[in-house]
Amino acid sequence: MPEFFHRKLERSAIGFVLAIIAAASVGGIVEIAPLFTIDETVEEAPDMRVYTPLELAGRNIYVREGCYACHSQMIRTLRDEVERYGPYSLAVESQYDRPMLWGSKRTGPDLARVGGKYSDFWHVAHLVNPRDVVPESNMPSYAFLARNRLRTDDLSGHLRAQQALGVPYTDEMIENAARDAYGQAAPDSAAAPGVGERYGPATTVSAFDGVATQLTEMDALVAYLQVLGRLTDAAYRNTAAPEEAPDPAE
Amino acid sequence: MNVTDRMIGQLTSGEREAALVICGVTALAGAALGLVGRHDVVAWHGLLILLFAGGFGFLLMTRIGLPEPTGDRGTSYYDDPIKAGITLAMAWAVFGMFMGVWVAAQLAWPDLAFDGGWSTFGRLRPTHTTGVIFGFGGNALIATSFHVVQRTSRARLAGQISPWFVLLGYNLFCLLAVSGYLLGVTQSKEYAEAEWYADLWLVIVWVTYFILYLRTLARRREPHIYVANWYFMAFIVVVAILHIVNNLALPVSWGHAKSYTIWPGVQDAMVQWWYGHNAVAFFLTAGFLGMLYYYLPVRAERPIFSYRLSILSFWGITFFYMWAGSHHLHYTALPHWVQTLGMTFSVMLLVPSWASAGNALLTLNGAWHRVRDDATLRFMMAAAVFYGISTFEGSFLAIRPVNALSHYTDWTVGHVHAGALGWVALITFGSFYTLVPRLWKRERMYSAALVEVHFWLSIAGTLIYVFAMWNSGIIQGLMWRTYTEDGALAYSFVDSLVAMYPYYIARAFGGLLFLIGAIVGCYNMWMTVRAVPEATRRAADEPVAAAVPGE
Repeated sequence: MPEFFHRKLERSAIGFVLAIIAAASVGGIVEIAPLFTIDETVEEAPDMRVYTPLELAGRNIYVREGCYACHSQMIRTLRDEVERYGPYSLAVESQYDRPMLWGSKRTGPDLARVGGKYSDFWHVAHLVNPRDVVPESNMPSYAFLARNRLRTDDLSGHLRAQQALGVPYTDEMIENAARDAYGQAAPDSAAAPGVGERYGPATTVSAFDGVATQLTEMDALVAYLQVLGRLTDAAYRNTAAPEEAPDPAE
Repeated sequence: MNVTDRMIGQLTSGEREAALVICGVTALAGAALGLVGRHDVVAWHGLLILLFAGGFGFLLMTRIGLPEPTGDRGTSYYDDPIKAGITLAMAWAVFGMFMGVWVAAQLAWPDLAFDGGWSTFGRLRPTHTTGVIFGFGGNALIATSFHVVQRTSRARLAGQISPWFVLLGYNLFCLLAVSGYLLGVTQSKEYAEAEWYADLWLVIVWVTYFILYLRTLARRREPHIYVANWYFMAFIVVVAILHIVNNLALPVSWGHAKSYTIWPGVQDAMVQWWYGHNAVAFFLTAGFLGMLYYYLPVRAERPIFSYRLSILSFWGITFFYMWAGSHHLHYTALPHWVQTLGMTFSVMLLVPSWASAGNALLTLNGAWHRVRDDATLRFMMAAAVFYGISTFEGSFLAIRPVNALSHYTDWTVGHVHAGALGWVALITFGSFYTLVPRLWKRERMYSAALVEVHFWLSIAGTLIYVFAMWNSGIIQGLMWRTYTEDGALAYSFVDSLVAMYPYYIARAFGGLLFLIGAIVGCYNMWMTVRAVPEATRRAADEPVAAAVPGE
């Protein structure tokens, strides 16, 4: 009987295509649509800030260079990972990440909490020639980043696109994007104080590549690496939350 | 009269003019993109589109006055685009596999790069994956699907220009993608790295492909649609859905290569691996099963073992695979219930997968002496075996506690290559060795001995590669989770990297053997066309008299 039914289906190309679409759609709809409606999917993190223009530019360099092919940014809920890299990653920590850079392969270590672990100087030396600092490393040299000037004329456009997609950039942030990118890497400049005013006092302002007078791609990438895992401290607060006894006062 | 003259001579002057208009419009779009984006890296891509479309426009223009085609084209099959597709597939194979060997060697010897961003591992790696999956695999699928749909429907392709548009348009997409990575244009979405304008172009090409395929099926002189076409249809339709959903993005501006995906964080992760895993399912599995279901019975001269098993495996694969993507995200910030669903369906997938592999191997019952003597058929037999092995491995790796060990390690890379080298590439080579003599109407391949050499180079390369990655992956996973007696982590990350080097060298060697095999295959195909005498016409070369295999 089912064979007879299928014999009929095989006679109609359109019918067959519709059957394929129907069969293939179910899984995606059941697994993806609820991720937008179930509130627990993404935790609350009121303290979380957005990437500064310089950090976003650095993130785009990370994207451009395909770093995700060797570095994950997702600490799994496994004891050895938490002990090696820090608290496991929460969904909220990548809520502004487009695309997410969780990765699928660790030829190098996870970077989800690399921010603040090493000095700016270490990062620059490591990126210029990884084997100068880690002799066994097989990472490529990224010396050219220190030679490339960072493009800032389009940064407002980047922030505006992010805003259109729902990332809470203010119009003031968009307007000052290029100035803030410069200011974050030039601590003594007149542009520096504005960064903290717009993105919060905890924002790191530093001559990331060691040269405050010129804004390079190295500045941007190091600024991004140094903020990884530090946009919110939700992961440090939340780790034991599900096991807590309910508060009787509530 | 050269090949280009002969191929363009197949078109009527009206069709040549229409093709010229398509080239013109595409070239203008490229010029516009270059002009709007003149301050951005996207300008290079505008130029590339302009040169690509302009080049073909020039070819047409210089031959617009060729005589009109004679005779009724409807009584013959349309094989020119298939020949071009096979040629392009083999060219991409050599390029993609060479890039693979290069990046593999970079992991062992990191200084094998030039000073400049373009030759770093991160930019070269997607040129390898795109080169082999989309360049080699995609062209092979387009070419063989054009062949299979015509033969099993006993009808000519439903278009004169559209098959060329699909094939060449698709290759323009591949060129944009691969050159983009070298220039630093990428979305960094694994296996969907190409940026928004290339993605939009692919949608146009793919919809044309879909319509062409449906219209050709509508012309069929057989009441039933043969099983190979089910798989090709599933491949075309579902890849379109996956591609569009995963690549929804907002460009920074019309003159900017960069875009931001509409999917944020955790949802992006789910959409990405729903796409990524089903690119494996519908690009690298369904499409190539279409090949298997036609070329294997043709070569073995045996009907498919079981029609019922074909139905079971087809619908099982179409339904179950779409749930399985979340097994790429075990123990991550993706909600637990989605991970569990992904794991469950991944395990269930073993049933339709082994139904397909079993159906293929049982078809060979009664033809095992051919498998022994004919390396072409042995390519397809080995492909079915590797398909069985890698689908079993896939279901196994999707089990959460197993995945805890294997994820992020080379084991995944080994698994992918067991499928990509052992299954996808072997079934393609087997199909091409069947197809090339028939298509060019030659008596046989130039050298059966070279097919044999290619077979053993491929098997040796695949086994060395996969064993190296199994070893390195499991060692890596175990080192990361080993504790000392005092309860501290026993190894630093760098310790685990140092342990990988011998395997990285072995892997590069395995890949090199596979690449040499592909080059031998190219030479053999080239010499077949050049040096083997023409065969007498076969009945199967004409639409009306052709028989459908497996029935």
